[in-house]
Amino acid sequence: MNAKKADKIATAIIYILVGIVVLILVALLGFILISGLPHVTWSFLTSPASAFSAGGGIGDQLFNSFYLLILTLIISFPISLGAGIYLAEYAKKNWLTDAIRITIEVLSSLPSVVVGLFGFLLFVVQFKLGFSIISGAIALTFFNLPLLTRNIENSLNGVSNLQREAGLSLGLSRWKTVTKVVVPAALPGILTGIILSAGRVFGEAAALIFTAGQSAPMLNYANWNPLSGDSPLNIFRPAETLAVHIWKINTEGIMPDASQVSAGASAVLVVAVLIFNLGARFAGNYIYRKITASK
Amino acid sequence: MKSFGKGILFTTVIAFILVLSGCGTQSQKKSVTIVGSTALQPLVEKAAADYQVKHDGVDITVQGGGSGTGLSQVQQGAVDIGNSDVYAEQQDGIDAKKLVDNRVAVVGMAPVVNKDVPIKNISMLNLQKIFTGKITNWKEVGGPNQKIVVINRAQGSGIRKSFERVVLKGKTALNAQEQDSNGTVQKIVQATPGAISYLSFSYFNNQIKHLSIDNVQPTAKNVVNDNWKIWSYEHMYTKQNPSKAAKDFIKYMTSETVQNNLVSDLGYISIHSMKVELTPDDKVIPIKGAE
Amino acid sequence: MDAVKTELMKKSKASRQDQRGKLISLFCIFLIMLVVLSILYMITSKGLATFFENKMSFTDFFTKKVWNPSAKPQPLVGALPMIVGSFGVTVLSAILAAPFAIATAVFMTDISGKRGQAILQPVIELLVGIPSVVYGFIGLTVVVPFTRAVFGGTGFGILSGTFVLFVMVLPTVTSMYVDSLKAVPRFYREASLALGATRWQTIYKVIIRASIPGLLTAIIFGMARAFGEALAVQMVIGNASILPQDLVSPASTLTSVLTTGIGNTVLGTLPNNALWSLALVLLLMSLVFNLLTRFIGKKGAF
Repeated sequence: MNAKKADKIATAIIYILVGIVVLILVALLGFILISGLPHVTWSFLTSPASAFSAGGGIGDQLFNSFYLLILTLIISFPISLGAGIYLAEYAKKNWLTDAIRITIEVLSSLPSVVVGLFGFLLFVVQFKLGFSIISGAIALTFFNLPLLTRNIENSLNGVSNLQREAGLSLGLSRWKTVTKVVVPAALPGILTGIILSAGRVFGEAAALIFTAGQSAPMLNYANWNPLSGDSPLNIFRPAETLAVHIWKINTEGIMPDASQVSAGASAVLVVAVLIFNLGARFAGNYIYRKITASK
Repeated sequence: MKSFGKGILFTTVIAFILVLSGCGTQSQKKSVTIVGSTALQPLVEKAAADYQVKHDGVDITVQGGGSGTGLSQVQQGAVDIGNSDVYAEQQDGIDAKKLVDNRVAVVGMAPVVNKDVPIKNISMLNLQKIFTGKITNWKEVGGPNQKIVVINRAQGSGIRKSFERVVLKGKTALNAQEQDSNGTVQKIVQATPGAISYLSFSYFNNQIKHLSIDNVQPTAKNVVNDNWKIWSYEHMYTKQNPSKAAKDFIKYMTSETVQNNLVSDLGYISIHSMKVELTPDDKVIPIKGAE
Repeated sequence: MDAVKTELMKKSKASRQDQRGKLISLFCIFLIMLVVLSILYMITSKGLATFFENKMSFTDFFTKKVWNPSAKPQPLVGALPMIVGSFGVTVLSAILAAPFAIATAVFMTDISGKRGQAILQPVIELLVGIPSVVYGFIGLTVVVPFTRAVFGGTGFGILSGTFVLFVMVLPTVTSMYVDSLKAVPRFYREASLALGATRWQTIYKVIIRASIPGLLTAIIFGMARAFGEALAVQMVIGNASILPQDLVSPASTLTSVLTTGIGNTVLGTLPNNALWSLALVLLLMSLVFNLLTRFIGKKGAF
């Protein structure tokens, strides 16, 4: 009887805690969306920002956020996948591996402004990349590597050893087993890592102020040659992302409609992140079904 | 996932190609990089956008990062122009002799309070006492019985230096909340009962209340003849021999067109209207020829 | 005979492949370590310059309470208030977030079934993407007045910082923990239920125990986020370098002071070096937390 009672009480507590979390979530997102969505119009989404007069939009910033995200993932995902595989599959269990793990984890507690300043001194100044979207992407890579690597390592560890043994017993090399069997099986977990780090890319401001910059030059959306100066695809142009724009108008914005633009931009950002998350999960599940035996 | 090694190789190669080609294309336009003061950024950014419409061959990048960053980067030669709220002479670690000062605007600052504080005017002495912690309740300066919440500005920031120069006159400020940006201060003062802080004129709005000091109103008219004491310059520093493009842009910034329109539109005061001058060693002297 | 021998002695295709793969992954970890070590080098060299170049006292840094590195003639670098502030918000928000994260994660994997997870997970992960300045603004308009009304004081302080950080670290901890819960083999659950254990007994005695290493990693990353967060905390904690007397008086964190000051100082001068020292302290504190959490984890895991 006691165990049953405990079960009931514990379940009730879990429901209460989850209820509070849901309440916070709903209140928070409701606050952002309700105060922001009324300001979102088509011209708000497509027109360029204004420095100090009312009526500025967020078109370039929205594009920059997505472009920066893609660039960052292109750079950081392969590296952290490789590193995660090493830690999970090849690394010996000794103090050195542990030390590597701890250093990576400790690094992730660095304030983003420090990472930003590091990126500024190294890439913007030293390597002469200038304030550019590529400097920003590299700085964000630094920022994302710890979480992504550890996440991938954990997901790989979560794959049952039976899978590895099966692969090896078929005569596959260890590498083939990892890339063809273990990584596909760990895909849902890896996806969580990608989504979490994508969220941080969307929301990050301090690291980008010093690297990708906080002003966006005029873009010409008819010009898709990545080497031309005003092309949206050029990776050597400064790029202000949506989060940086929100930060900027909140800290130094003097346009009369600053609070509306900020609220609208936040709402758009939330919707963009949601679309990305759902899209990534959907695509991830599709690939997962394709490359594993699960239906 | 298939050819994982190839994927990495591919990315690296693409990256290299883009880097190389990027280096090639960058040199076509004359570029000017401007870094520094976040307070000055909106003005310079807007001016740069207007300038580039008229001058096609110039590419101007304006970024923030703070006055200290602006000064140290222009000193190292990493950027063409460093924006600063403070005189280079007053910044630790900067050799002002190596830099050329260009004053591009005058900014006035005034104490602001939460809307519910029923006070319109304050004496300079009482203001000093509030910011040194001698006065802690609004009733001591003629207000209701309410605690004063002091929100100071970041140590080393231009606005704090100007405020301390005029109001504290060498006394040490009390240890209080510190915020670095005008927008944040605006929001905190608006949301906190009994709050007092100080802002640039550009950030006044109807959600907060600015105070007059000794019955002098914080207006541009009072700043130009130093009747309103709390003001300073916005500077654009270059190296001794700046590029022609940088020189031309600064010339444009100080031209009548920008000074009479853009500068006052953004709540700054034109440098040409000033009848007094503030020297790097904090002396206010009248400008000869101005009446 | 010889042909067979050389064929046997030669490395097989699979083993060559394996070697190449190991090399690639080794290269990746090498790259990461390079990045990590170069950042560490920069912070350590600049952070230590405060003590070796500018000759500030080591003990003053950790015990004095006044922070004014640009004061003349005698600069004051007492970082104790910030250390206490960072410690306070990080530990409190982790303690507050952990039960909620565990409950939510368990709810998603073991109680609600597929649908609960399909709805909750994307929404929780959404929270990561909201910029900190938005959190700060909401904190200022909602959390600070709430704290002021309920707990007194000005509302600015460690408590408000904790509430804001709680919401910010929740998604990281929850999502990472959900994945480790999913990694607990199904037969653990089946075996436990078959023994007649109730759902709660299974969750508490088997599932959570089996996933403790994953839980700890999740909490470590949650705390890391709390440590490094600046803009949001700065708006609600008050950002005053005063040693906090209670949870509702203005305080400051290492990160908030660092972020506020870094743009106003010049590289290589004492006020700037002192800020890098704060970053170094932050890393050391984070290291201590990390080791502590691992130690607890080793005791708790079976």
